[in-house]
Amino acid sequence: MRVPFLWLKDYVDIDLSAEELAAKLFSCGFEVEELIYLGAEMDRIVTARIVKLEKHPDADKLQICQMDCGRYGACQIVTGATNVFEGAVVPACLDKSTLPGGRKITAGKLRGVLSEGMLCSGEELKITDADIPGASVDGILILDPKTPLGVEMREILGLDEYVFDIGVTANRPDCQSVYGIAREVAAVLGKPLKEPALDFAEGETPIEKLVKVRVEAEDLCPRYLAGGVTDIRIAPSPAWMQKRLKLCGLRAINNIVDITNFVLLELGQPMHAFDERELTDRQIVVRRAKEGEHIVTLDGKDSQLNENMLVICDAKKPVALAGIMGGLESGIKPDTAAVVFESARFKRDSIRKTSKALGIRSDSSARYEKGVDSFSPEFGLKRALHLICELGCGKVAKGIEDRSALRPEVRTLKANKADIDALLGLEIPLKDTLRILNGLQIETSEKGGVLTCRIPPWREDLEDYPDIAEEMIRMYGYDHLHSTLLAKAQVAPGGRTQEQKNMDRLKEDLRYQGLHEIVSYAFISKEEIGKINLGGEEKFSRTVELLNPLSEDIAVMRTTMLCGLLEAASVNLSRKVEAGRLFETGRIFLPKESAEELPEEKERLGILLFGEGESFFTLKGILENLFADFGLTFECRAGGEAYFHPHKKAEIFCKGLVMGSFGELHPDVTDAFDLKKKLWYAEIDLEALNERAFPKFVYKNLPKFPAIERDLALVADEEVSCKAITDLIRKQGGGMLEEVTLFDLYQGDRIEKGKKSMAFRLSFRAEDRTLKVEEADQIIQGILAQLTKKLNVTLRA
Amino acid sequence: MKEKLKQIRENFQKALREGAEQLSQLRVKYFGKNGVFTELMKNLKNLPPEERPAFGKEVNQVKAELEGALSEAEQAELRRKREQELSEDRLDVTLPGVGRKTGSLHPLTLVKNQVLDAFLGLGFEIYDGPEVEYDYYSFEALNIPKDHPARDMQDTFYITDNVLLRPHTSPAQIRAMQKKGVPIRILCPGKVFRADDDATHSPMFHQIEGLAVEKDISLADLKGVLEVFATTVFDKSTKVRFRPSFFPFTEPSVEVDVSCSMCHGKGCRLCKGTGWIEILGAGMVHRNVLKNCGVDPDAYRGFAFGLGIERVTMIKYGIPDMRLLFENDVRFLKQFI
Repeated sequence: MRVPFLWLKDYVDIDLSAEELAAKLFSCGFEVEELIYLGAEMDRIVTARIVKLEKHPDADKLQICQMDCGRYGACQIVTGATNVFEGAVVPACLDKSTLPGGRKITAGKLRGVLSEGMLCSGEELKITDADIPGASVDGILILDPKTPLGVEMREILGLDEYVFDIGVTANRPDCQSVYGIAREVAAVLGKPLKEPALDFAEGETPIEKLVKVRVEAEDLCPRYLAGGVTDIRIAPSPAWMQKRLKLCGLRAINNIVDITNFVLLELGQPMHAFDERELTDRQIVVRRAKEGEHIVTLDGKDSQLNENMLVICDAKKPVALAGIMGGLESGIKPDTAAVVFESARFKRDSIRKTSKALGIRSDSSARYEKGVDSFSPEFGLKRALHLICELGCGKVAKGIEDRSALRPEVRTLKANKADIDALLGLEIPLKDTLRILNGLQIETSEKGGVLTCRIPPWREDLEDYPDIAEEMIRMYGYDHLHSTLLAKAQVAPGGRTQEQKNMDRLKEDLRYQGLHEIVSYAFISKEEIGKINLGGEEKFSRTVELLNPLSEDIAVMRTTMLCGLLEAASVNLSRKVEAGRLFETGRIFLPKESAEELPEEKERLGILLFGEGESFFTLKGILENLFADFGLTFECRAGGEAYFHPHKKAEIFCKGLVMGSFGELHPDVTDAFDLKKKLWYAEIDLEALNERAFPKFVYKNLPKFPAIERDLALVADEEVSCKAITDLIRKQGGGMLEEVTLFDLYQGDRIEKGKKSMAFRLSFRAEDRTLKVEEADQIIQGILAQLTKKLNVTLRA
Repeated sequence: MKEKLKQIRENFQKALREGAEQLSQLRVKYFGKNGVFTELMKNLKNLPPEERPAFGKEVNQVKAELEGALSEAEQAELRRKREQELSEDRLDVTLPGVGRKTGSLHPLTLVKNQVLDAFLGLGFEIYDGPEVEYDYYSFEALNIPKDHPARDMQDTFYITDNVLLRPHTSPAQIRAMQKKGVPIRILCPGKVFRADDDATHSPMFHQIEGLAVEKDISLADLKGVLEVFATTVFDKSTKVRFRPSFFPFTEPSVEVDVSCSMCHGKGCRLCKGTGWIEILGAGMVHRNVLKNCGVDPDAYRGFAFGLGIERVTMIKYGIPDMRLLFENDVRFLKQFI
């Protein structure tokens, strides 16, 4: 919100610089987002008189001016302009001056003659006749001959001004105006706040002759006031008013419209002026629109209305969208002779919804959306009527139409000073407490440790003692607050649960194994899910869908971690990062029957590998290490999602449960993501992992007797699995067989087609004695016999 | 005999000095089973009995002396040999190490853990809430009724009128208080979602919510706790500053700034010349919020804070663009360990 410094000075005697005031405002909760100095771009451009004019000796089109620059002394300037004359007062750019837009002017020679600056035009100053007469002329700006000399042009143009652009928090709608900020300034500086002039002389015409008001929708319009003005002379408003409007970024229109805008800026009360002639039967009815009604607003837009929208009507039809914009017909025209001023409180969400639904916004609707209190309509109307008198633009009608279901009230709030001190952890002295609160126009007295506060009607945000505490501390200063460390709180152990520690361990484990953690969006596109859902499974395609997604790319919640990891792989590969080991932990979202129920959120781990050296078995190795880090081992079972290669995938079976799956991605998936590479993926259910992590175990005695090791080189049919062979060896090996490990695998030319060679190391040990070689050999004979019989596996010749 | 002993010593020393014989040969010749000294001791019996003890003693002295010298020489020889072996056994230590490189944790994880660790030591626990939430927990219970302008403060993604993607981690406050009761000290880290996407906003980002409710707890305690956080996550000299603000679920509400970690308060580009960086929002839990959780606001008070992990991460590591955090370029990721 733009607040001009000079306007604040109308209400508070401020002896600080703009910067100092900005710092004060910041400290009490009003951040000055920008301190604008309007004259910043116009420096050392001063008013000067052309004392003498001569022809340039070497250039027909140039003239040499001897200038009187007032307190800047005399100088010589060469100009090419033709509209200059001796005695003219003009803006002169002195040596080292700056023009709007940043252009610098320095002294120099023009065709051999010294020119100590430049005479400038309105265009060069970026101004027009609207700013100062003569500025739109093609040539040098000729000023009023009575203009004093040696004055900076930014002062002449009213640009020697500071404007604060202030961020006002949503709880302080009362500060959405110059006067609202002035209240805070007065409080923070400890200075008196001046009242705005509200007095006006009433004429003879009674208000009833101009308008009768009826409010039918009191729930949406708790307060409606109407005042009248007759004998109006539409004219431009005075310069001081226009200047203030302009400083706030508004354009001056005419005296009546300017007054309504002025009151909005100054007091924060939106006003509307109706041409009295256009109000059928001189009636104003505030009601909900009827289905099928429509209105053409001042912006020329024709809007269809409905029963949720509040409208201001005359006896027949809507004449304004309440709080948003007036109708085209009832607006102020050059020949308007009498007006009805509206000053009301409308419910903020009603205005917001209508404004949003119709796509019509105005300064008024923006203000109403923030909330207007019950005090403000009368305050604003009286100020407007005063300005009518001050500007002499008409006669004020006798009386005010006041239809108010809700009148402003001064509430009394009692607060224990001790509660406030305990909440803040700081005892603000009573003297300061009373000074601060009374300074904020919260009349406060103290008796027996209880503060009795009379809350002014515009402070609807103050409801309870913490609100009073906040008023006190923000004015007293947060720098008085000395930190304590839970001084009076109970001791609590705190810390991570085992499950939370497990998740940190999981990430650390994967990091040690060379994986990089990624973070991707939890929402993805339906299209992406289609790309991975080769099996057309519901568990992927039934998603939680956003009603208002920013784009189709992020429109549904993920049902797998795969898409985010593939996106990451795609980004890296497109940037020539050819290898990667990536992982992500996060939630997938599985919808319930009804969208009104919260979906199931399941914690998952996704791992994606790509690049040279990676294979199904590097991924399996990572998973085995990871599980081992939680005291677990797993078995690979047939199964796994359709997004895997049909023959290079497995389900991870651990402690009686499938905890996830892994494998090489199906080429259809990698093609769909345009990756042209083999990728390996695993997805693990982290809740299942967490539940089974760290099974209880007891220490096993170290062996006392030596082991006997034997290597077996076996030949098996290709389709016989390693697991089938080891299982059979174990079963046949019995209690003496301590360990079986595959240590070599060969498939190729040196062996019969359809066969593979596998070398196992077997370790035998007895717990209670030294095992005899003969015993071990006997067991091996039994194993070999079974392998041959059951699996057609033989010793390699 | 004495003369003989003298001769033996001179011969031995000469042999040792000149290196005429191998040390091992020397050892056998003098100290072996049939060596010079054994012979000498055998000949002892040829002396008169009264001279035997004195001479025997002398022989043993010389033997010890010579044997010591021999041992020393042997040691020196061994050292020489070892030195030679070592000098021939060399490698290029600048060749790379063997084995796979370690990976990395995402910077958001690193910072999240640093922040959590700062608070966990103060008796806080971690509490998780759902990412898809009810409107009630996200707004209503947090003192943001349907018509409140504060609803416009964040553009929310909706699933239905009543189900949405949480726009902040604050709903976890409500769930934790309703489930665990008070007193309570919790942190809720997690994903949050807002309909915003540009260089400084991401539609998904991460927050950490903190809540402490006790019988006697104050704004000054909040400042103390946040100082622990700031000095842990940034550096020991970091200062914390409160300034007034507004959140519907806290009263009083404060915006919390920390002194700029780059310029230490002098003013630089990072802090836009102010010396301070806005880092989080906080305040004393609004009495309505306590009531909504079934907590008596006259018996208990609390503070709450919410910070954006992305913002802290970007400040801490000097990351200029939020989008880098979600692109997952390995060359970016591997810088964080």
